[in-house]
Amino acid sequence: MRTSAVRFDGVSRHYGEVRAVDAVDLDIAEGEFFAMLGPSGSGKTTCLRLIAGFEQPTDGDIVIFGETAQGVPPYKRHVNTVFQDYALFPHLNVLDNVAYGLMIAGKPKRERHAAAEAALELVALPGYGARKPSELSGGQRQRVALARALINEPRVLLLDEPLGALDLKLREQMQDELKDLQRKLGITFIFVTHDQGEALSMADRVAVFNEGKIVQIGKPEDIYYRPEVPFVADFVGSSNVLPPRVVEKMAGQWSHASVRPEAVKLVDAGIGADGLHATVHSTAFIGTATRVSLDLDGFSMVALLPKGARIPDAGEQVHVTWGSEDLHLMDAA
Amino acid sequence: MRSDRAPLGLKIAAGLGLAFMHLPILLIFVYAFTTEDKSYQWPPPGFTTKWFGVTWARPDVWEALSLSVRVAAISTAIALVLGTLCAAAVSRTKFFGREVVSLMVILPIALPGIITGISLRSAFNLADIPFSFWTIVLGHATFCVVVVYNNAVARFRRTSGSLVEASMDLGADGFQTFRYVILPNIATALLAGGMLAFALSFDEVIVTTFTAGQQQTLPIWMLEELVRPRERPVTNVVAMVVVIVTFLPILGAYYLTRGTDTVAGQGK
Repeated sequence: MRTSAVRFDGVSRHYGEVRAVDAVDLDIAEGEFFAMLGPSGSGKTTCLRLIAGFEQPTDGDIVIFGETAQGVPPYKRHVNTVFQDYALFPHLNVLDNVAYGLMIAGKPKRERHAAAEAALELVALPGYGARKPSELSGGQRQRVALARALINEPRVLLLDEPLGALDLKLREQMQDELKDLQRKLGITFIFVTHDQGEALSMADRVAVFNEGKIVQIGKPEDIYYRPEVPFVADFVGSSNVLPPRVVEKMAGQWSHASVRPEAVKLVDAGIGADGLHATVHSTAFIGTATRVSLDLDGFSMVALLPKGARIPDAGEQVHVTWGSEDLHLMDAA
Repeated sequence: MRSDRAPLGLKIAAGLGLAFMHLPILLIFVYAFTTEDKSYQWPPPGFTTKWFGVTWARPDVWEALSLSVRVAAISTAIALVLGTLCAAAVSRTKFFGREVVSLMVILPIALPGIITGISLRSAFNLADIPFSFWTIVLGHATFCVVVVYNNAVARFRRTSGSLVEASMDLGADGFQTFRYVILPNIATALLAGGMLAFALSFDEVIVTTFTAGQQQTLPIWMLEELVRPRERPVTNVVAMVVVIVTFLPILGAYYLTRGTDTVAGQGK
């Protein structure tokens, strides 16, 4: 059993009536790359701030490496943060920004500057020390923020929407680099994102947040293929959620079920008699596939049709089918 | 419709407007060198620099100047501390009545000086506080706090709140964060606010008239001197000094806050 890096025991953070975080239990192992995924306002960022110490839980306990974080101020926690807006000090150059933690720790100038140079090397920004943060691009600022957070050799690195402000290409590159960095350093990374692609591709485990609670926690494949609740099916990769009355007819069980859009097949209404009757609402070409929105009896579905498939016209009547292995039953709603 | 050239008439009007504002100040300078000391006669019958020597030798000028500098310095110091604290509270935290506090801090500069003056005077009377150096300082501090507050609050708003958290996150306690992150980021705003506050206090007349006892600050001294028909150009010499002493800090404040429009710590 690996050591637990961060553990939440029934942690809540309430602001008056608002339950930003509500009775969350969580156990993140040492060396794990852990993602907190959810829409804005779901409590994921508050959880991160609770670990960093910027917020105090109204209830429950947070345990960091076996010690309670109760009443421990941020500056006494062996946890560092990469902020969403990077929060680089505008009055300091890059080198002094990175060396800030060591300056506070009272390390002599020569030593901390050498360490800062090494940290900049680690994030592939050697020789940028003399510049001001305002002279850097978004991607470079991100790397500086990363180097600054790593200089104190934290045991847990917290990343708040670290890639949110970057463009798509840079984002994909940084995803790989962050993953490599985490493997190289072997420390725990906890990162918050609203981008399911980011969470699925980078993390060892993902916790999906909704309304202050964790609705599902597990490996990316589990979250993606085996959502336990309709919210996860819908939020992670936009699965189709089938209402219980339809599922009961098809699978004989009263529960929600999900079908991934890429598993959905369309058959001309005239040919197949099996499957669900649907009307094509609209189609949209999205590059790798064509997205077809379908109206069914009282609910809607989305199908992703691969290149080469016949694309129906809007208003056309079709039958919707999928392989029985693609239908994933969820716990009764 | 937009053109790069203004019509000639508009240019002349603008020039006349500016001249109307600034020529009288030049006149003050000219009369500092006149040989006529009973009345302001145009053109001056002769030019002399002797009034500078006369002014230098007048103890009442020195007394007034020293009082003004001390009042301005101490009111500015009080304003710097209180204005910064208040700005930090209003821009960093949310609390009940925050907007009201913000408004009430700014109010003294919006109120006519005479209202501030009368109300302070009656308050001092009610509380049986004798008029002294400190009552002048208190009066001046009411509006000095406003300028410092306004400068500091604008800078605080533009300084990202996560800078403080980043500093704490990297191991700095509250004092270290103030010393290494907050202070460097608001320093120019404080200096600019302080300079403006000093200049405001230095040439204040109305509130001072109500809150001073027997002491004369420099502007009050000048006011009294104007009605006395002796050695008039001395007043002009002093006026020149006041213009320079108040103009330099304002110019300095302008240069210090210029070019800080980029949002500190925005980071995107």
